[in-house]
Amino acid sequence: MAEKIELNLISGRTIMQGVTMEGGKEKPAYRDACGIIELNPEDLKKLGIWHGTNVRVASQYGWVIVKAIKATQGPHPGLGWIPMGPWANRVIDPNTYSMGMPTFKGVPVTVEPAPEEKVLDSLAVLEEML
Amino acid sequence: MAEYIIKNGFVVDPTQGINCEKMDVAVKDGKIVNASDVKGAKVIDASGKLVMAGAVDVHSHCAGPKVNVGRNLRPEEKLNCYDPAKGVKRMEAGFSVPTAISSGYIFAKMGYGFAMEAAMPPLYARHTHEEMRDTPIIDEAALPVFGNNWFVMEYLKNNEVENTASYISWLLKMTKGYGIKCVNPGGSEAWGWGMNCLTIDDPVPFFDVTPKQIITGLIEANEYLRLPHSMHVHSNSLGEPGNYQITIDSLKCAEGIKADNDFGREQVLHHTHLQFHSYGGESYGSKNFESKSKEVMNYFNSTENLTFDIGQVTLDETTTMTADGPFEYHLSHMNNLKWVNKDVELETCAGVVPFIYNPNSFIGVAQWAIGLELALQCKDMTKCYLTSDAPNAGPLRRYPRVIKWLMSLKARDEILDACKYGESVRRQCYIGEFDRELTLYELAQMNREGAARMLGLSNMFGSLKPGMEGDVVVYPLNPESDLDDGEKIEHAFGNAEYFIKKGELIINDSEIISNGSKRTFWVNAGKELTPQVERDVSERFKKYYTVTRNNYEVKEHHYVPNEYMIEVNAA
Amino acid sequence: MTKLITDVVCPFCGTLCDDLEVVVSDDGKELLEVNNACAIGAEKFLHSQAKDRLTRPRMRNEDGSWREVSYDEAAEFTAQMLAKSKKPLMYGWSSTNCESQVVGSHVAELVGGQLDNTATVCHGSTLIAVQDVGVPSCTLGEIKNRADMVVFWGCNPAHAHPRHMSRYSLFPRGFFTAKGHRGRSVVVVDPRPTDSANLADIHLQVEQGRDYELLSALRVAFRNEQLPDVVAGVPKETIYEVAEKMKNARFGCIFFGMGVTHSLSKNHNIDIAIQVTRDLNEFTKWSIMPMRGHYNVTGAGEVWGWQFGFPFCVDLSRGFARYNPGESSSNDLLMREEVDSVFVLGSDPGAHFPFSSVKKMNALPCVVVDPHITPSTVVADLHVPVAFVGVEVGGCAYRMDSVPIETHKVVDAPEGMLTDEEFLKLVLGRIKEIKGV
Repeated sequence: MAEKIELNLISGRTIMQGVTMEGGKEKPAYRDACGIIELNPEDLKKLGIWHGTNVRVASQYGWVIVKAIKATQGPHPGLGWIPMGPWANRVIDPNTYSMGMPTFKGVPVTVEPAPEEKVLDSLAVLEEML
Repeated sequence: MAEYIIKNGFVVDPTQGINCEKMDVAVKDGKIVNASDVKGAKVIDASGKLVMAGAVDVHSHCAGPKVNVGRNLRPEEKLNCYDPAKGVKRMEAGFSVPTAISSGYIFAKMGYGFAMEAAMPPLYARHTHEEMRDTPIIDEAALPVFGNNWFVMEYLKNNEVENTASYISWLLKMTKGYGIKCVNPGGSEAWGWGMNCLTIDDPVPFFDVTPKQIITGLIEANEYLRLPHSMHVHSNSLGEPGNYQITIDSLKCAEGIKADNDFGREQVLHHTHLQFHSYGGESYGSKNFESKSKEVMNYFNSTENLTFDIGQVTLDETTTMTADGPFEYHLSHMNNLKWVNKDVELETCAGVVPFIYNPNSFIGVAQWAIGLELALQCKDMTKCYLTSDAPNAGPLRRYPRVIKWLMSLKARDEILDACKYGESVRRQCYIGEFDRELTLYELAQMNREGAARMLGLSNMFGSLKPGMEGDVVVYPLNPESDLDDGEKIEHAFGNAEYFIKKGELIINDSEIISNGSKRTFWVNAGKELTPQVERDVSERFKKYYTVTRNNYEVKEHHYVPNEYMIEVNAA
Repeated sequence: MTKLITDVVCPFCGTLCDDLEVVVSDDGKELLEVNNACAIGAEKFLHSQAKDRLTRPRMRNEDGSWREVSYDEAAEFTAQMLAKSKKPLMYGWSSTNCESQVVGSHVAELVGGQLDNTATVCHGSTLIAVQDVGVPSCTLGEIKNRADMVVFWGCNPAHAHPRHMSRYSLFPRGFFTAKGHRGRSVVVVDPRPTDSANLADIHLQVEQGRDYELLSALRVAFRNEQLPDVVAGVPKETIYEVAEKMKNARFGCIFFGMGVTHSLSKNHNIDIAIQVTRDLNEFTKWSIMPMRGHYNVTGAGEVWGWQFGFPFCVDLSRGFARYNPGESSSNDLLMREEVDSVFVLGSDPGAHFPFSSVKKMNALPCVVVDPHITPSTVVADLHVPVAFVGVEVGGCAYRMDSVPIETHKVVDAPEGMLTDEEFLKLVLGRIKEIKGV
């Protein structure tokens, strides 16, 4: 039972990300929809955690606390998925490699259990690091 | 409103038989008036300068979705061609596809008061209108395309002229369009499956109607509706070696049909950019490709009810953009440059490809020659109009250079002599046989008198008769001393010293001092929908279009803020 | 009593559905029901009715709290900020109408701004690729009426453009497609077996970030040349099979999204996808279309095209328009600290930019024009809420295939609120006075 695993992180849209965004990003529903990472069942096992446990996701660019849940559109071995939003953007690769577009998909991350940590709402997850 | 008196210039106005006479022209309340009717007018001294009515452009691609595709496709075009903002003049950019804002200024500096956007896809009409709204100074209108429209093709297959006319009248209102444009009839629908119609007898896949039926039917519908403008066609096989016979076949569709309208229009068919359609030979090689301008003009000059515009190649790097989708696909294969294609549901298609007309190539100079040959062989200059199918054959800003070539044999010879293949061009084309040099009078017949009449606007534009729109331009050109200097001619026609548009001073001392208050013209043909067309329109929006019928119409107050509606009262 | 308004245009995504129906109160002040919209569109309309909505601008106090200010004060602050800046970033523009984009262009021209829209974090890669190789495309109705094969590459319409497949790309029975989805084959290319992939005949579970290789392999397969056994996680037999299907389709379309625009090699992924489409046109008829995100990001690109000549990353700082994504793109400008103020309208960079960019925004004077409270407002000095376009004010928007549709007003905005266009006109007026033009 490993305490830290390595994954390739991607981010993108989900229906609930869209709905809660339109409902007001400052509300808890948005945090519940986007402050998550979808992991394969084997990866949850490797981390030794249940679906719904908070984890610390870290890349060379930053870290963030999100809730680990079982992949809803999986399995996707080797991949972790965080819906687009300020949680994902704390860790994705900001480099544009001279063409303007940050690298929102495909950044190596580590994931480790952080059951005592809280997932912050969308305003606090920025304020924390400013 | 300020009054102006333009004093002592050399006036050229074929509508009044005035040919380089020194006289005064006066403008009051937005209109031309008799010089005696102004008191205390601001004086514009035009001594030693040329004075003409504002010019009329009958066909250029200056506003709309494919033009904008061309802009966004080609950032490289703005690297060396831009102008910062100055006073009320906003910033400009783009060489062959200038921004909408820049287009207005380019037209104004050339002394143009009216421009016709050559092709508007109906589903995108709102876009064309947004761009026309943002094009300063000049009055504009746009021609919706009909030659590949599913409704039109079905009605014309069954010879239902009344239904065709009813649909056209409805579509002109939905799109706030000006008239009937027909591009590559049938072929652009065939392109929806990757196919084409090459001759006027090739049937359209599934719809089973021929280009000949489409051209003839649209001409008949146009006269049925008594529209200000005639059917305006870009015939099949544009750019193909040997296409001249198809062109003549297309022109022949107009035989026996008389113009019916209250606007002074005399033609029933206008063929656009005729240069691209006057080719002989079987390939583009210098031993094979030929000009067939004589054959085409022999036919044209024998008719009473046709007009054409040249589509002059200007020997520049430019951008082609047309609703002839298959043509653009093949062009991109020839030159391997970037290619944009856009097929439009139920209506049309478009393609955009950059192109270089090399002044040191055989084919580039041969195409250049053909355009000039057509004009130089035309017997009645009120039926031939100066265009470059901008930007297809050349950028809009090159009109003055085309004028130079038409007016100066020496300038033409310079092009031929500078080309490695000049002798081949002289051999394969007819250009070497013509030493005709157009006069200023003939030029004004082309881009003032004739152009306005051909569009059904001769009561407003193209003339300095009292009562006409107050569009007057003063060019820095002295007809008594400057006409043998090609460079002076080109410079003058691209740099108006004074330009009054609708009675407002736009250019003063060669500077743009106002953005004017442009109008968008459209034609209300006033026909109710027949029951058949009402049913078809209703059904097709429900089943096949991806927008609702209620959302299709371009509503004037939003997009056509200064609308000028022309109403047609059918006979 | 209530009123039913039909043909309502949804202002959420690039699908720009125009068949919504909205029920409003008789006095036109309350929106009661939305029909035909997807869950996201419905939420947008219904949330506009939230009782806790901000209806007046608010300015940041020294201690970080907010105080309410008038629209005039907000316009004054904004005009002063922009006029005094040497190089202001004016970002967003995607969730507003073209009328506002036009006024914004004028403002930016006067202040020498850096104009950028959400393509910079979305389909910017596509815009660049198109500038290199062009793009064979069509309107959505062509798919509905002609297509017998569609490919969804690096996009998940089930989640991001929920009604796309039912309105245009998979289910509709069109003129030449009477069989609907039974007459269409579907391929989904995605590193995950998404909900969209579950509707597909073939799912290519490509290795993340290796789309370029797979696209290149298709080009090889079209030419019946040799492939390695496996490319990007997909066996060559499958690649040949998909290539054959594509060549034998009567009319196909590739729809693509962030899976290929966001991952390395970004614009080169799109470049080669477009080349794949070009190749296919040698055999049959294919188009390719980007799944645009915001409902009017396409419009921002169109407006700036006809105003300046470029679709995004427009640098007006020298008095004429310049363009160089990588240099004049928002995130690069922020990261290199090359802008001295930030104006945001019609988008939320606080939520959708990398955090390092947001941190830079925090150090600069910043105005955010947005009906919502968002992460962007965390770093704003001034937050100006405005009416919702498409709900409380109409105006033109451009669909993902660039078709312009006019959105409608269906209900009144809360008393006294301005629209984007009205606020921008106030700002423009003040800037003209400040600059003496």
